[in-house]
Amino acid sequence: MRRRILLVSAALTACSGCSGWQSALDPQGPAAASLDRLLLGFVLVLGGIWLCVMLVLAAGLWRRAAATPGTARRRSAWAVGGACAATVLVVSGLTLASYLASRAAPLGQDEPLVIRVRGLQWWWEVVYPGADGQDLVTANEIHIPVGRPVRIELSAADVIHSFWVPNLAGKQDMIPGRDNVLTFTAWEAGTYRGQCAEFCGMQHARMAFLIVAESQESFDRWRAAQEAEAAAPAGEEEARGRQVFEQKPCGACHTIRGTEARGTTGPDLTHIASRQYLAAGVLPMTRGALAAWTADPQTIKPGNNMPLVPLTAAELQAVSAWLASLR
Amino acid sequence: MNTMPQPDQRDASLEDARLDIMLRQVWDTPRGLWGALATVDHKVIARRYIITAFVFLAFGGVLALLMRWQLARPEGQLLGPDVYNQAFTVHGTSMMFLFAVPVMEAMAVYLVPLMVGTRNIAFPRLNAFSYWMYLVGGILLWGAFIVDLGPDIGWFAYVPLAGPQYGIGKRVDIWAQMITFTEISALAVAVEIVVTVLKQRAPGMSLDRIPLFVWAMLVTSFIVILAMPAVMVASTSLILDRLVGTHFFNPAEGGDVLLWQHLFWFFGHPEVYIIFLPAVGMISAMLPAFVRRPVFGYIPMVLALVGTGILSFGLWVHHMFTTGLPRLGESFFTASSMAIAVPSGIQIFCWLATIWYGRPVYRVPFLFILAFFFTFIIGGMTGVMVASVPLDTQLHDSYFVVAHFHYVLVGGAVFPLLGAVYYWFPKFTGRMMSERIGRWVAGLLFVAFNFTFFPMHLLGLLGMPRRVYTYQTEMAWGGLNLFVSVSAVMLAAGFLLFFLDAIRSARHGEPAGDNPWGAATLEWATSSPPPSYNFARIPLVQSADPLWDAGDELPVTSGLRVDRRELLVTTVGGALPEARESSPRCSLWPLWSAIATTALLMGSIVTPWAVVWGSVPVAIALIGWFWPGGSKEDES
Amino acid sequence: MDKRWAALSTLLLALSLLGGCRVENRETRLDPPLAEALDHIALMPNGIGGTPPEIYTIMGKPYRTSSFHLSQGKRLYEWFGCQACHGDGQGGNAPSLIDGWWNYGPDLTSIYASIRDGRPGGMPAFRNRLTNEQIWQLAGYVQVMGAYSPPSAAPGRSDRPQTRPAENRAPAASAPLR
Repeated sequence: MRRRILLVSAALTACSGCSGWQSALDPQGPAAASLDRLLLGFVLVLGGIWLCVMLVLAAGLWRRAAATPGTARRRSAWAVGGACAATVLVVSGLTLASYLASRAAPLGQDEPLVIRVRGLQWWWEVVYPGADGQDLVTANEIHIPVGRPVRIELSAADVIHSFWVPNLAGKQDMIPGRDNVLTFTAWEAGTYRGQCAEFCGMQHARMAFLIVAESQESFDRWRAAQEAEAAAPAGEEEARGRQVFEQKPCGACHTIRGTEARGTTGPDLTHIASRQYLAAGVLPMTRGALAAWTADPQTIKPGNNMPLVPLTAAELQAVSAWLASLR
Repeated sequence: MNTMPQPDQRDASLEDARLDIMLRQVWDTPRGLWGALATVDHKVIARRYIITAFVFLAFGGVLALLMRWQLARPEGQLLGPDVYNQAFTVHGTSMMFLFAVPVMEAMAVYLVPLMVGTRNIAFPRLNAFSYWMYLVGGILLWGAFIVDLGPDIGWFAYVPLAGPQYGIGKRVDIWAQMITFTEISALAVAVEIVVTVLKQRAPGMSLDRIPLFVWAMLVTSFIVILAMPAVMVASTSLILDRLVGTHFFNPAEGGDVLLWQHLFWFFGHPEVYIIFLPAVGMISAMLPAFVRRPVFGYIPMVLALVGTGILSFGLWVHHMFTTGLPRLGESFFTASSMAIAVPSGIQIFCWLATIWYGRPVYRVPFLFILAFFFTFIIGGMTGVMVASVPLDTQLHDSYFVVAHFHYVLVGGAVFPLLGAVYYWFPKFTGRMMSERIGRWVAGLLFVAFNFTFFPMHLLGLLGMPRRVYTYQTEMAWGGLNLFVSVSAVMLAAGFLLFFLDAIRSARHGEPAGDNPWGAATLEWATSSPPPSYNFARIPLVQSADPLWDAGDELPVTSGLRVDRRELLVTTVGGALPEARESSPRCSLWPLWSAIATTALLMGSIVTPWAVVWGSVPVAIALIGWFWPGGSKEDES
Repeated sequence: MDKRWAALSTLLLALSLLGGCRVENRETRLDPPLAEALDHIALMPNGIGGTPPEIYTIMGKPYRTSSFHLSQGKRLYEWFGCQACHGDGQGGNAPSLIDGWWNYGPDLTSIYASIRDGRPGGMPAFRNRLTNEQIWQLAGYVQVMGAYSPPSAAPGRSDRPQTRPAENRAPAASAPLR
């Protein structure tokens, strides 16, 4: 257990470079921080107990003197009884600690920002409900303002998924037929990675998302930009790309607001190039990655629901140029 | 026994050599194929069970190595997602249902009748039947895996992923029927053990003289009987949902997705104790022989076993802390989950007290006991951590949990089991396993195990979820995973060494003698390996440590007939002789029944009508099995 | 003992040979040339009946026998709005798919052609909305929907309110649920 503490601190130092990525040991919000403190407390108490038991065992193996049976019995009985009483005390204390930690659900005074997240095989649909029923639909990247509580309403479209951003909060399952809620706050601006934590089928491993915490101003800017329709093609290649996108099967599954593509089966791509990752955290967003993904999604993420649509090289060029322009 | 009548063919008047010949005539299994298929000797069946279970352990281990190879580096290319998902499902299912539970029950099938001093297990034909069912279940799972039909939904098969809409093809049906096979066999064995312990103990072995291993198996068997029906209900409902379109788990038609989780974990958590309690019993059985004194605190030990058994039914919800159940209910399950640390603690403290005042002899089984202490207590501590609702929201379904349950199941159950194999190997085969190699095995396994699984705690805290077939290069998990994978190879080497030693020692080991460890319990009162009839004369028990307290001559009883298979039935509490009961002879009916049941269950994977038509051969086989025999069953 | 080992190794060998047959292989990526070839059906001049492309036979006719492809077809049926006209298969604005009557023939090639090219009377062409393989998957599923006896490879019921027995509980048409 001491080894564990050493390891934990070693990992913490090692991990400070990649802070904020996906780790329960680097809390960036009150919910995760209280869990981190609780974790440390548990590790210290339980590690201490483990150490004591090991020391007693070692001493028991080491010593050679044998007491007379009568005293041995009496002393053992006292020792065992005392140890059991201590166990009861420790266990009650830890139960109380965890009860208090789960009660202290950190909710600020601010009105929480409500975001609806739906888990699908194998991506995340993110909806920001609008005041006038005009919901903002995006996917796989959730922007939140720093310091303001966020209330995530979780649902599942197909099988059970689990929403987990270890830096910000513990996980909460998304279960078909049930509505769960997770509330948390981010302290500092940053990008935090989350991942599906409940086995959900073939591509469970590649079902990640990002939470981008930013200041209220840049959040508002982002939201305004996202609510806009897709920009008109800037050049000839982009225009051809848009044409291909509308004519080929792409538009049957994806929506790009402002074009004829209105499918709802796949993620909304209206501002796909503004996201940092492609295909639920699989590839960093570049034009090359967009082309590679469009050309052969089944090699990159086998079993996902996007088929291999045959495109000529020129069509691929044009589509990737169009998609890369959708900032 | 003087009250019994004295016709000619009783053992009292016979001298030892003549008695041996006559008992052999009655009890020996005939040679040849018929004998092999028809045998009801608990020792033969248990040996098959144990060997089969270890074969499945080896298979499951190979899968584990493949998975570790895949995860050694980010973006591994060895297994695709489909094969990987099948691999971890088959690994988990195999280890739980085909290795851990059966091997523990098999040890009991071998040892309990010997430890309580009787000639065969209760319901020996049921015992034979249970082995065939188990074997078929195992072949079903692994055969399916080999032809790419392996279940790919995880060993707890959550709906809707395992349900009719998302569990495509026959993979899930095979998983669910494999559950049926193994549960039938586990339930059968549990019933046999309960009856054997309660009604077939040697005269004088009152409840407070039952060896602790037997107590552990008794409690375990009751847990099996109470817990396994839950998973059979669950898996049957799942098959019904999939095959005939019922709606147990369909929220749209009034079913509930979480119902599956409740049913499964109502079995699944006691399952852990079904595996752990026998291991605890093994420690209590082995420890006295190596510290040369009885285990301290017999009564608290027994109460702790019973308490663990009862509490184990109150914790299933701690597998569901992230599903959004009411907070207060969750806190209750936190408390009960932590409360189970108390009985476990009692046992550990009693063992410590035993060691404290004993003089340890560092033989291989004792080394495994020490490895158990080191690793299992870590597993217990992390268990307290995952029992806490808030902490569990971070730890659940991450690699931390993978580390935790391997510490509990390997540290808490497999280490004692391996120690037990070293300890009872002379009883099984008449030969000792190598002490020198055994030390290497124990050391290698201990070090490699901790190297393999300890870093997984950290991986979980660093955010690595379970059951991912790969991870990306930008995650900070590559180094630890590589270390884990290399250590896993070391762990596999330890197991390989163990298997080689066991195979070698079975033929060329040093001859052991009847009681090589100088132990106190009754299984050492007969020869090694025991004759088919176990005890020429049923021993008379006068203390909790009969072989230590009775001196050179163990008192025996007499009065059983030798012209037919007969054993002694005693009272539940004081083990006073009640009746002589005949014990069944070899029979092929268990095999026929197993074949008929197999046809029914396998057919039901394809069509529900198989249950209707398949019930005919099952009925015929059962009628043949239970056709009244000529001899009177009991004589008081 | 030796006999036993021999028996055990024979068993293991037999099991490993079984590995040759991949019953439920889930090949999610079809090579583009194969996908291209899958489009080459030979249709009768009146658009009813025809022969599937040779490659379909060479591949082992997977779209009618593999539960994986059938389930994919079932998802496509929902995702691409087939329900809007055909309902749960019992029809609506468009003909029923499970009553045993096929306006353009019951064979897979005809169904493929119907989906790909559309049919007069409102059936749209899905040529540019689905890939060739997806059309095959959908066609296989449509054919299985109306089977007279429970097919061994068929999707189970869906997790939603039921309006008719599931595909693996055929015949769906003559066994109304309520």
